[in-house]
Parts: sequence; C-alpha cells; structure tokens
Amino acid sequence: MTEPAQPRKRIILGAFLSGVNHHTLWSAPQAGSQIAFSSFRHLARTAERGRFDFFFLAEGLALRERLGRVFDQDVVGRPDTLPVLAALAAVTEHLGLVGTLNTTFNEPYELARQLSSLDHLSGGRAGWNVVTSFDAFTGQNFRRGGYLHRDDRYVRADEFLAATHRLWDTWAKDAIVADKETGRFLNRSDGDGGGDGGVGAFAFAGEQFDISGHFTTPRSPQGRPVILQAGVSPGGRDFAVRRSDAIFSPFHHLDEAREFYRDIQRRAARAGRPPGAVKVLPSASFVLGDSEADAVERHRHIARQQVTGRTAQILLETVWNRDLSGYDPDGPLPDIDPDPDGPPVIEGRARIHQDAHRTVAEWRQLAEANGYSLRDLAIHVFGRTEFVGTPQQVADQLDAFVQNDGSDGFILGSHLTPTGLDEFVDRVVPLLQERGALRTEYTGATLRENLGLPDPTPTPAQHPTP
Amino acid sequence: MPRSSVSFPGSSYPLHLAVALDGVGWHPAAWREQRARPDALFTARYWADLVATAESGLLDFVTIEDSLSLQSTLPDGPDGRIDRVRGRLDAVLIASRVAPLTRHIGLVPTATTTHTEPFHIAKAIATLDHVSEGRAGWRVQVSRPAENRHFGRREVGPVSLTAPEGPGVRAYVEEHFAEAEDFVEVARRLWDSWEDDAEIRDAATGRFVDRARLHTIDFEGRWFRVRGPGIVPRPPQGQPLVTLLAHGSLPYRLGARSADVIYTTPHDEDDVRAVVAEIRAAQEEAGRADTTLHVFADVVVLLGETRAAAEERAARLAERAGEPFTSDAPIFVGTASALADTLLEWQRAGLTGYRLRPAVLPDDLEAVVGALVPELRRRGVFRGSYAPESLRARLGLPRPANRYATANRPATAAR
Ligand SMILES: Cc1cc2nc3c(=O)[nH]c(=O)nc-3n(C[C@H](O)[C@H](O)[C@H](O)COP(=O)(O)O)c2cc1C
Repeated sequence: MTEPAQPRKRIILGAFLSGVNHHTLWSAPQAGSQIAFSSFRHLARTAERGRFDFFFLAEGLALRERLGRVFDQDVVGRPDTLPVLAALAAVTEHLGLVGTLNTTFNEPYELARQLSSLDHLSGGRAGWNVVTSFDAFTGQNFRRGGYLHRDDRYVRADEFLAATHRLWDTWAKDAIVADKETGRFLNRSDGDGGGDGGVGAFAFAGEQFDISGHFTTPRSPQGRPVILQAGVSPGGRDFAVRRSDAIFSPFHHLDEAREFYRDIQRRAARAGRPPGAVKVLPSASFVLGDSEADAVERHRHIARQQVTGRTAQILLETVWNRDLSGYDPDGPLPDIDPDPDGPPVIEGRARIHQDAHRTVAEWRQLAEANGYSLRDLAIHVFGRTEFVGTPQQVADQLDAFVQNDGSDGFILGSHLTPTGLDEFVDRVVPLLQERGALRTEYTGATLRENLGLPDPTPTPAQHPTP
Repeated sequence: MPRSSVSFPGSSYPLHLAVALDGVGWHPAAWREQRARPDALFTARYWADLVATAESGLLDFVTIEDSLSLQSTLPDGPDGRIDRVRGRLDAVLIASRVAPLTRHIGLVPTATTTHTEPFHIAKAIATLDHVSEGRAGWRVQVSRPAENRHFGRREVGPVSLTAPEGPGVRAYVEEHFAEAEDFVEVARRLWDSWEDDAEIRDAATGRFVDRARLHTIDFEGRWFRVRGPGIVPRPPQGQPLVTLLAHGSLPYRLGARSADVIYTTPHDEDDVRAVVAEIRAAQEEAGRADTTLHVFADVVVLLGETRAAAEERAARLAERAGEPFTSDAPIFVGTASALADTLLEWQRAGLTGYRLRPAVLPDDLEAVVGALVPELRRRGVFRGSYAPESLRARLGLPRPANRYATANRPATAAR
C-alpha cells in the first residue's frame, strides 16, 4: 500500500451485536443470549471501554424463511431496537446508540418522536440507520402491506427524511422557559414549523406524506439524531449523500471499498456536501492470535464453523434464487443459471443490490481462478472485512485500510455474543490509541460531536416546500 | 424469572397501588411549585428519580402517560397556551430507560393503538418485558381525532369532541375501541407466537430453534392483517400486563374482554359498586369469569400533613392556575390517613386497587411513599417488602399458558 498523502484520519468505530446472521456462532460454549439485556449491556460497556463511537443494531421485521419455512440454522429472534437502545442509555455514558429502522413500515410522526425521545433520554447520543427494505413478505406483518414498488422506496425514504427533519425542527431551541415566577412555560405561542401555529406546529405536503398538526417533542440535544444509511444501488447512494452523515457499506475488500469511497466522495461533492461530511463505514470483524499463524488457523476454523456446507448452499441461494440443497458444498459451483425472477427461495433477508446473472458470472471466474469449491466461495464472498493477525498486525491493517481511503472506520462485529469484542478492546484498542488513530477519552458531549459532524440547526431556507 | 405461585387479590396483601406519572403532576399549576422540576422534564434523570421514589414505596407499578398529540385544555386540538406544561417524550422509551435502574417496580407505559402498527407495539412491550425481566405492562389508548392529521392516512370526517353526545362521536369511539380490541388481540397472539422453549440451540442438528414451536398468528380484521410470528422471543411474563383507562360501557367491555387491569373513575362508593358490577357482568359475558381482572380506581391525590395544609396547597395551586381544578377522576385533598380510609372503604365496595395521580411531582408522590404507604402498612393491608416476582405475579395473575403450545405437538408430547 502507498503512503497516505492526507493527514492521518481518526478511525470511527461502531460495535455491532452479532445477531441474526451466519457470522454468529451460537453453539460455541461461550455463546451467550441474543435476547437477554445482559448481553447488550456487556457489549455496549465493552465498546465504551474501548472508546468506540457507537453501538449498532440491525433490524429484521419478519423471521426469515426458506422455501416457506422459518429458517432455523442461524440465530432467530431479536429484541425491538429502540427500547434496547433506550435501556443501554442507562448503563453507558458516552457511547452513541444507533438503530436500524425502516422507512417503509413506519410513519414519520411516530418515528421522529421516538428518535427525538431517545436523543433526549440519552443526552444526545441517538443515531438512525435508515434502511428501505420493502418486500411484500415483511409487509404481511404490517397495516400497509408490501405495496411499495422497488423504485419508489427511495422516493418514500427521501420524503420520510424531509418530513422527520421538519418535525425535529418544530420546537425552537429556546421554546421552553419554564419560568415559575411569571408562569410562562413556553417562550412564545407561535412555532416555526408552519401549519396553523402554536408550539410544535408543522405542515408537510408531499407525494408520500400529507401531514400537519403539532409535534409533541421538544428539540433534542442533537437537534437531529445522526443519520446513517445502508443501501448501495445508485438510488441508495444518491439518497445517502443527500440525507445522511454516514453510510453503512457492505464492501469489504480494499479495492472495491476504495472504489465505493471515491464514488461517494464524488456524489457528495456534486450534492454540495463539504469534504468529509459523509462517512463510509463498512461492516468488519477480526480474528486475533498470538502469532500470525495462530490467527490464520483460528480464522480458518471460525470461518468454517460460520459457513457450514449447509449454510454455504443457503448463502448462494440468496443470489441463485434456486434450491441448491442438492449441490455438494465441497464440489464446484452449481452449473445452472440463477433464477432471479422466480418465486423467492429465501424471504426476510436484506437484499443487497446486485444483478444475479452478473454476480454469478463473476463468482464462476473467482472460483476458477482460485480453485474454490462452493463452500470456499461462500466463505470468501459472504465474509465481512476480516482483519486477521496478531493485535499489532490487526491494528496496522485497520489503520492502513482507513488511511488508504477504504473507509472512515468500521462497524465491528464478532463471532461471539456478547464477549467477542473483549479481546479487541483489551489488545487492539491500546495499540490504535498509541498511534493516535483512536481517541483515549471522549471529547464531545453528543454522538454528533464525537463524530466531528456539524451542528444541524436549520436555517429557514433549509425547509423549502417539497 | 421466577414463575411465582398464583395468589389472588384479597389474599396476603390485598391492596394494589400504582402511581400515574405525567409531566410534573396532574395539576395544571404543578410546575410552578417550589420543588417541581419543569426544566428537567425531558431528561432521563428526572424520570429515573421519580420511578426510584415510587419503588422505594414498594408500589406495584407506575404508569407513564403519553399521547400522539400535544396536551391541551381543548378537546379538539392545541389551545395555544403558554402557561402550561406542553411536550412529552415517548413513554415506552422512558420506561425502557429506567428499567435497568430499577429492580422490582412494574413499568406500564402508554401506547396508542390508532394509526400505529400492532407489530411494532407488541415487540416494543415484549422487549420492555425482557429488559425489565418481567415487569412490563401497557396502558392501551386510542387517538383523539386531531391526531389523524399527524398520520394523514385515514378519513375520519369532521368529528368534534366538544359535542360528546353528537352522533359522529359515538361512531368514532365505537370504531376506535373496536380497533383497539383487535390491536390487543394481535399483540397477545404475537407474544404467544414463540413458545417458551422454541430456542433449542441443538448443535447436533444445527438448529437454533424448533420451528414447530414458532407460530404464525394469521390475524385478519377490519383494520389490519398480521401474519407473524413475532421477531421477539416470548416475554418473561408470557403476556405482559394489559391495562386501560375506562370511563363508560364501551371501554368497560373492551377491558372485560381484553385487559388485566381496568382503571375507572368512580366518584363515590355507590358509583364504585355500579362500575364494578357493570365490569364484572361484562367479564362474565366475555367468558372470562374465572380470570383475574383488576378493577382499580384512579384518584388524583393532593396531600398534606393536616387537612388544612392540604387545602392550603390546593388553594395556592388553584390561584396560580387561575381556575378551579377539575378532573375526570375523583380528586382527594387531605391527609394520608384520611386517604387510607377512603381507599379501604371503596375497596370494600369492590375495587382491587388504585392508580393514584399525584397532583404535584415530586411532592405528592413523596407523600404517597412517605405517609400513605406507612399508614396502609400500619393497617396491615400493604406489603412490607417486594417479593422477587414478576409484575403479573404481584397482581395475582398466573403466567398464562401459551395459546399455541399444544397445537402442533405430537399427541405424546402434549401434557
Ligand atoms: C451494510 C448493509 C446493512 C443493511 N442492514 C439492513 C438491516 O439491518 N435491516 C434491513 O431491513 N435492511 C438492511 N439493509 C438493506 C438496505 O436497507 C436496502 O434495503 C438494500 O440494501 C437494498 O437497497 P439498495 O438497492 O440501495 O442496495 C442493509 C444493507 C446494507 C448494504
């Protein structure tokens, strides 16, 4: 890798509770509960001990199914995101609390209120990872059903964000005076949000939402929670650079990560965002060893437990969209074509944007070039950014990835809930701190400040009618 | 989570006491009292302190008020007043925020059933139950018409609550309570959609769950269809406590069919008898005669060391508010000992407990904890310590069997 010309970037770190995915080794003897609050508390406190920026939760609003039956090989079941984050605010002091929440199966008024409440209750530590999963399968659990067309979900998401911003800005910073002497609780009877006046008044009329009335929640410490976005189609990228502070990215090999990073910087500049305003944070994990050989061996062992032969078939089914249970995991890739337009084999799993035929063609080349079996390929493409080595090597790799513009940091998971992060914090974090790549103390009062993001107090011009 | 033995109201500690937390108290001028903390209202610390105080008084549970619209003196929307407390945080999140800081007290936030998603609320309350290790409940509430605009998703036509006898109002109320009933049914089914032992972690077969113990709920009603199963494993209590405030026959019937606790607002002993009789009849009609259903009364409490002191406080508050204090619930002004007399008299008329609404926070909450509770203990009708038990168990409610539990099992496995 070349020497970075830019000044050293500080690495942003999120901690990801491994849950409903094949990365989590639930049968290991040390594996703990994915639902007990003690697991969440342990991981969040570990992350705070390591001076991480935030704790992160994913979302899945229906149990995953394969060929019409609940998928039982991975962890199944998770708690509701916002109540867990609110509870974690009680057992941490500085750590950001970021939840993945969907714009398709929520309404702006309710979600804006919940996120603002979380921001108040955590003293300014709330973040929202905006996702747009829209499938009719998940829709069966909701009033609205799965009505949304794929092309419309970012239209809805964009208006959703505009509406929530409008709501968050309804109460002025100084709206509450609570002057016992004069008996004035509110500063003024008029609000700033439009509509028919009064504190909290708002009106928002767009194609997706036509809402008005009064917002119940005063302006929160951050004004607006930090916005992350996950979704990598062109529409998703444009949405991200317009609306978000950071992107949760799935690119875990340095070459593709750098390409994505450059693309986001370009799009952000075109959207008028200042340099560095949109952070890129891929999911990543690590395996440590006392020697390099030890780490490599541990990694091999863990990866093969994560991606069993059965899991490998199923992971490929997510792209092939065919029943692949008849193909030998240790044999070559299935020789049939994918069937992306057929009835879905796997339901309820977040779909990453890709062209199935092209992806399969690329995988065939990859398998041929490296002599991969079906299972080897699954291990290769469905892993996360893996940093493997001694603590010193892992610290070097993480730092190099960021300094070479692969990303601005990572959302770090591990294969063990809830203790998987312990050794990282004990052994790698001090090394990163030593070289100035990681904070030793929190300096900001809010998540936004800790991430070095600007105050989002709006100017009136930021609310043109949609 | 201990699955404590069933005890019924009237056995060991017959009186159940809850406190309803709302802002700085239920009196409109409460925020101007010396010890009130209106400037801290939107901080976690404020709520943590109040709930800790309630827990120090060994109370059964606290409820937390909420609504999807701004507080108002008008029935149809905001009143534009600047001399009253306005603004609220989401009650489910307040309850979740204080759960790790408390150990025994039940946490019963308000959540609205109109416009919201049953799937979301069911998982939120289930999660509160996991986070609090079996202390969660839910105060079910329907929306006022003004909230419709906040969602913009349904046509309700012009309905004004200023004319409560108007035909539109009756239809509105009927419709919204019927929706609430479906909503609670969906939540209850989702809580049961996982059997207790669904998670098997069977390394030998590579199965994390036994999918025969996960169930779709396939609910179809007028307002929504929900397929399920839920995403949250069955809550520790099986079914978190479902409660609602009811002022008339329609909500009494909803409560009789769906709830574990009904808060009522009777104004004297005869009224208590009439309300309880109506609810018990509705309960029988709903086929739940053998089920424990608590009937509480809501009482606004404004306490003093002497009756004169309490009245002086009431007068000061009324003057500051610029008008006499009125409430849907009875208002008690007096000493803790006189309050204890009234509570016990009304209890003999058929109530199983009370949800006290402190007029001023923290003053009247501290009086409940510091004066009323000791008085009730002296009379031998209130607990002297918390037992390590779930909220349901404290209220004498059994941990319910799972409605789906035997459905899919081979005959040999059942029983
Ligand atoms: C890294 C990453 C994480 C995601 N996490 C979630 C999640 O937790 N829950 C969810 O419903 N969708 C999740 N998604 C799905 C996205 O929100 C989106 O629906 C999907 O990527 C398709 O959007 P696209 O076509 O723009 O890529 C995730 C996507 C990415 C890239």
